[in-house]
Amino acid sequence: MPLTVSHGRGRVRSIAVSLPPFQALLDAHGRDVHRFLVATVGRVDADDCFQETWLAALRAYPRLRDTSNLRAWVMKVAHSKAMDHLRARQRAPVAVAEVFEGAAVDARRDLDTPDGVWERVAELPSKQRAAVALRFLVDAGYPEIAAAMETSEDAARRNVHEGLKRLRKELA
Amino acid sequence: MTMDLERALRAGAGFDAPVPEVWPAAEAAGLLDVAYATLDSPVGELLLAATPRGLVCVGYDGEDALSRLAARVSPRVLSAPRKLDPVRRELDEYFAGRRRRFDFQLDWALARGEFGRRVLKATAQVPFGSVASYRSVAEAAGSPRAVRAAGNALGGNPLPIVVPCHRIVRTGGALGGYTGGLERKLKLLALEGAL
Repeated sequence: MPLTVSHGRGRVRSIAVSLPPFQALLDAHGRDVHRFLVATVGRVDADDCFQETWLAALRAYPRLRDTSNLRAWVMKVAHSKAMDHLRARQRAPVAVAEVFEGAAVDARRDLDTPDGVWERVAELPSKQRAAVALRFLVDAGYPEIAAAMETSEDAARRNVHEGLKRLRKELA
Repeated sequence: MTMDLERALRAGAGFDAPVPEVWPAAEAAGLLDVAYATLDSPVGELLLAATPRGLVCVGYDGEDALSRLAARVSPRVLSAPRKLDPVRRELDEYFAGRRRRFDFQLDWALARGEFGRRVLKATAQVPFGSVASYRSVAEAAGSPRAVRAAGNALGGNPLPIVVPCHRIVRTGGALGGYTGGLERKLKLLALEGAL
């Protein structure tokens, strides 16, 4: 997308904000997004969230100006879709306690990991779950987690640490 | 314990499910601006890209072609091999000697300038197995003296093979240049029995 910026003396210079072909994002970050979504919403719903994430990203892409961290940008979209999804699940006409328990049980069953750790992550509160998934499954640093979850870096760090603390207690 | 937990989390066993395709939903939502695929051919791997209007690019250098498409057509560029199946089939037939002209639609979005477009359209009229001169193409494009400009337009042909710029040679019979290198030009002309 060329951006036209006019300078003095009537000169017009074109500054190219060059966006990579969208497929490059999908190739580079598709697997990370999918893993993140499996960890946050469970395997059954991950595919729907995955489509919603990439369609939203594709829709917004031509207007994107800051291309310095494209993975963080896509992860932000994925995180927001995952949270929408979890909220919608909570709004389902079932008693709240049941929903929480039910969501956790669903996610746990979906994950089906041999070591059981991620089954426990699925039971964490959604912010801790997302932060732990970003930190360990996608290998994101705290600035990237903060960007993806639209929180401060402190909050990102806190979410990861609280999540780990809880996991340790449960696995002890 | 801390390290064990973190190691177990990093291992992330059980997460590597196949990643679903995105382009079909993108197309349904009207967001597939450029679909592309590659094709193995006797003149090397070709990148083929199409917009909803038609084939927009045939590239000998895939990466360069994709960047050009992202910058000049739309950054919404997705790999969608099945979308290009009809084009791939016709090109396969051409390389196998079973096809002399192409029936799919073209999108001229990457042609540079009005004159450049006219040159390419004139070139598209040169039939399989024959050659024409740069001068005659310039003439057909409405500027008989713009021979060099016609050559430049052909050098930037975004649709080689399909818009057969390999059939354009110098008036004296010399081959002239080719966007994909002279070796490819020779190969294509030989394939058409024009040499």
